[in-house]
Amino acid sequence: MTQGQVRPYLRTVALACGRGGMPLVAGLDLMVGAGRCLVLRGANGAGKSTLLLTLAGLVAPLAGTIEIETEEGVHLLSHRNAVKPRLTVLENLAFWAGVNGATGIDPLAALDRVGLGAITHLDAGYLSAGQTRRLALARLLVTRRPVWLLDEPTAALDTEGHALVAALIGEHLAAGGLAIAATHDPLGLDPASVDALTIEAHR
Amino acid sequence: MSAFLTLLRHELRQVGRGGGDVLTLVLFFVITGAIVPFAVGPDQELLARIAPGIVWIAAFLAMLLGLDRLFRPDHEDGTLALLRLSGLPMPAVVAAKMLVHWLVAALPLLVASPLLAVLLAMDGDMLAATMLSLLVGTPALAAFGSVGAAVTVGLRRGGLVAPILVAPLSVPVLIFGAGSIGGQQAGSAVLLLAALSLTSVAFAPFAAALAISSADD
Repeated sequence: MTQGQVRPYLRTVALACGRGGMPLVAGLDLMVGAGRCLVLRGANGAGKSTLLLTLAGLVAPLAGTIEIETEEGVHLLSHRNAVKPRLTVLENLAFWAGVNGATGIDPLAALDRVGLGAITHLDAGYLSAGQTRRLALARLLVTRRPVWLLDEPTAALDTEGHALVAALIGEHLAAGGLAIAATHDPLGLDPASVDALTIEAHR
Repeated sequence: MSAFLTLLRHELRQVGRGGGDVLTLVLFFVITGAIVPFAVGPDQELLARIAPGIVWIAAFLAMLLGLDRLFRPDHEDGTLALLRLSGLPMPAVVAAKMLVHWLVAALPLLVASPLLAVLLAMDGDMLAATMLSLLVGTPALAAFGSVGAAVTVGLRRGGLVAPILVAPLSVPVLIFGAGSIGGQQAGSAVLLLAALSLTSVAFAPFAAALAISSADD
């Protein structure tokens, strides 16, 4: 099925997905190759998050097939940050490095990269919403996975944070990764590597 | 294996930071046992006779109390979803959490059981038998509990439903548990209790993992 396509890539054929028995997206044929970012747009409730969860394999598709050609798995950044308030910033990140495999950069370096380098030993419960989001972003850096599924990656982030997300995605694409991002904000990525898809809310 | 140990350490560290969680369960266990003499009257003979049952009921209730902590916080903050995307198989995740649940909600009860023995007028032999039966039987309660907690993880009021689901499953554990303390066939009751624990601990991670995977759909 690879048809000589360069890895990694993500392809869907006639994909239909939905939540709670309600179909949201139907007949979706996607092809995202290495170094490409697909930006999903669409109104609230159109099914962007559901599509990402389905692509991640967390929700079963209603129809169609998903083919993700990579050995290392996918990273999902959902609206839930999976940050434990009672553990320190570094402990939170080191946990994911340990569970997912420390194949990326060092946790301390990752925290520096997302701007949390000065508060690595603070309990994560004291972080602001934006800082918590940055900690969640750092999780993508400590384990190298070529496929990133990002749900509102810039949520709660300041202007500098928007630039950070754009830079991180840019570096990820340059390193041969691919990304699918659902967002309402202009990400500020190099237009040459970005495809856009608008998901229509059909009821 | 190292991912499994990382998860185990992560869970234990959170319990350590949690403050009074463990102490609450132990106090609940002791208090449940301690109020029985007030309810049935201070008849030493009667108390000594029903003591095994009281200890097991107290342990059962205390372990139910800890169930809601097992998967719900991780489900709500998205940790469980990310663990499904990690390389770690879901049954291993459940096994780690089950082990921590036992260490947090059962082992401290074992340590506190001498206190309950004094309150319930148990003698030394009976205390020894009680501790042995708790040691052998509580893994089964932890196993059934994790299945119950996993099945109800997607429900908003699941914290209340899980105990109702778990109670019927736990009946054999209570029967053989209480039977293995100073009963006529205490020896065979302990063996059956051990069989229950081994079987349920072996199967529960797979059943619970299946329930968690379908909770997101």
